[in-house]
Amino acid sequence: MSVDTVKRAGQTPDERMPFAELGMKQDEYDRVVAILGRRPTGSELAIYSVMWSEHCSYKSSKVHLRQFGTKAPKSEALLVGMGENAGVVDIGDGWAATFKIESHNHPSYVEPHQGAATGVGGIVRDIMSMGARPVAVMDSLRFGGLDQGDTRRVLPGVVEGISHYGNCLGLPNIGGEVVFDPCYIGNPLVNALCVGLLRKDQIKLATAPGPGNKVILFGARTGADGIGGASVLASATFEDESQAKRPAVQVGDPFMEKLLIECCLELYQADVVVGIQDLGAAGVSCATTELAAKGTGGMTVDLNLVPLRDPTLRPEEILMSESQERMMAVVTPGDIDAFLAICEKWDVPATVIGEVTDTGRLVMTWDGEVIVDIPPGTAADDGPVYERPFHEPLGQHDLNLDTPDSLERPSDLRTTLLQLLASANLSSREWVTSQYDRYVRGNTVLAQPADAGLLRVSEVMPGAEETTRGIALATDGNGRYAKLDPYAGAQLALSEAYRNVAVTGATPLAVTNCLNFGSPEDPEVMWQFAEAVRGLADACKTLGVPVTGGNVSFYNQTGTAAINPTPVVGVLGVIDDVAKRVRSGFPAAGLRVVLLGATYDEFGGSEWAHVAHDHLGGLPPRVNLEAERDLATVLTEAAKQGLLEGSHDLSDGGLGIALAEACLAQGVGATVSLPGGDAFVDLFSESTARALVCLKPEHFETLTDLCARLDVPCYGLGETGGDSLVVEGVLEATVTELRMSHEATLPGVFG
Amino acid sequence: MARVIVDVMLKPEILDPQGQAIARALPRLGFSGVSDVRQGKRFEVEVDGPADDAAIAEVRKMAETLLANTVIEDFVVRVEG
Repeated sequence: MSVDTVKRAGQTPDERMPFAELGMKQDEYDRVVAILGRRPTGSELAIYSVMWSEHCSYKSSKVHLRQFGTKAPKSEALLVGMGENAGVVDIGDGWAATFKIESHNHPSYVEPHQGAATGVGGIVRDIMSMGARPVAVMDSLRFGGLDQGDTRRVLPGVVEGISHYGNCLGLPNIGGEVVFDPCYIGNPLVNALCVGLLRKDQIKLATAPGPGNKVILFGARTGADGIGGASVLASATFEDESQAKRPAVQVGDPFMEKLLIECCLELYQADVVVGIQDLGAAGVSCATTELAAKGTGGMTVDLNLVPLRDPTLRPEEILMSESQERMMAVVTPGDIDAFLAICEKWDVPATVIGEVTDTGRLVMTWDGEVIVDIPPGTAADDGPVYERPFHEPLGQHDLNLDTPDSLERPSDLRTTLLQLLASANLSSREWVTSQYDRYVRGNTVLAQPADAGLLRVSEVMPGAEETTRGIALATDGNGRYAKLDPYAGAQLALSEAYRNVAVTGATPLAVTNCLNFGSPEDPEVMWQFAEAVRGLADACKTLGVPVTGGNVSFYNQTGTAAINPTPVVGVLGVIDDVAKRVRSGFPAAGLRVVLLGATYDEFGGSEWAHVAHDHLGGLPPRVNLEAERDLATVLTEAAKQGLLEGSHDLSDGGLGIALAEACLAQGVGATVSLPGGDAFVDLFSESTARALVCLKPEHFETLTDLCARLDVPCYGLGETGGDSLVVEGVLEATVTELRMSHEATLPGVFG
Repeated sequence: MARVIVDVMLKPEILDPQGQAIARALPRLGFSGVSDVRQGKRFEVEVDGPADDAAIAEVRKMAETLLANTVIEDFVVRVEG
């Protein structure tokens, strides 16, 4: 069977190539022709089309994302910043943590179970490729309205996929979010986060230096996973391939991934890896071009050597296949035997498929003929960069003028509290999180429904120091806030994740983000994106937490209806002694209940406006980063001094929801009185930079002194105890009533 | 009463981790000469009336709706006997 070779491309310069079918624009194709000085072969076109896709090249977002670098705060903790597979942060005692969040939105809509499962698999491999042992995952999920039919298809599938893959791998799922909004009905968001631990001196990078070093592909065999586009190529060029291959859904095999994890850790331990890269989107194309571009600059690959699950695959398809559970390593010739022996031990197929060169060219052969001959950097780094036009959406101003001030406010606050507590977005997430293993590996200190997940650092890792430290992680994002003001919305997502980490007693250190938006070709969506990035970069600078990496997901829209802009922000923090972590909610009776932070009349984008009036308008709560930082300092300092018995962050639904959730945590009631003049505002406003804490009465004065020093408002609200939540003069509800409202909603829909 | 059989298999291009696990286990158990295994599901649907065209069409609809995930699986409907 003939194949489109470089020689043939030279002889048939005018042959029409199906670049448009592969999503490439005419000018992009022309650029490839200019780079190569001839038309690309089918295989070269396959490489350029995937590497220059929005997904891999960040061509629409790059010009904005630069701010994460230029505005980055100085951080002594940052060991590896953006641009690698994941960021790495120094957490002390010789340990480092690496973490990243990534979207798998579209696949999860097409096939919820496999889409979400492979999302977990992909992010876990990113963490492995940094040299770390993956230790936990979390997921930030958005679905259509709770009452919409397709949500009943997508949510159970997604949750099942996440739990299946994560539970099989033996990784605890320690947190995340589940949010419902009709804007996500055709575009659910599945953002998967993974965190790993490693010794500081163990970091691995995606690079292929040293001519003569071997390129090894290891892990699962390559099949026709996710190669819809490549089939166009194959069938357009070759008549006997005319039987239409449909785009194949990627299916993950978590048991293979588990073997890969253990295999990689042993390879790192044996020190037989020069550079390593996981295979995600764009598979072999991405791994070879990126490794070569970051290394000595050249590489030869014999594609016939790639082990195949489906022997009929054409080279174009092999290059584009997104088969899961594969990795690529660069290994010195002397270490090959040791490398292969370790793979053999773990039952992981491994094959030498090529060699590093210093020619500056990536050369691939098929049946002895050269089918790819390109400068790898042109595919990996020099993709097109677009300065897409953007402008404020028509109607944005009107949206901001449509404030919630005119909405009728309730007089019966007890009913409002129970109604909010049972609403789609504030009700218990137990139906989802109980399907995840939260405690496997035995290092989980806090998990859902705590504000942040908290893990003990007690891995058995050769050469590592024993430590009392722990790491805390939280993700947050509020598309309603971001719709009203994307600049503030992104900052509010960061503020909340930052606060969630701080309420456990941990000090926030670094940020990852997953930016979910509609089409970048729509100037109004692009404005939302530009504003969100600018907001997040500015806020990271003020809070002193650098962005270490993340991912952008565009085209989350059906027709012209884009999702609410949804920047999801993950924050990682560290606590010196996990024994000093603060529990979630009210752990016992007889404790003072204290509100930290100031409350204003702020209902724009609030859950109350959403639930009671289906209203979205006005402006989101005011961002106050200095207050967030001071609040975090109070919380971490108080935790260090052992002042706090319990804590809970105030966010969606305000103080009322926070009080109810704090009571529900251990079934302990509380009697409180409200500090302000308007009970409704006190209970349901969503002002930022606030947290609820409880402590032994004898510590109250020390806490108020600490708050006074940092200028953090501090109100003694009352005391824990009894089996009811009593807000004096306003409402009273038994913990049982609260629980029944809170816990019935999701089981009522999903069974 | 008639019995209609629905065989559901993963589409050929879809990865089948269970089939692969079986294929790997066979040589360990002393079976040789097996190059690949694919695993699927078989449903036996008892219908009240005869297995006429209408009944088979109905079972086909069941397969599309519930028995098979047509995004990743193919199915075949046949009457037993």
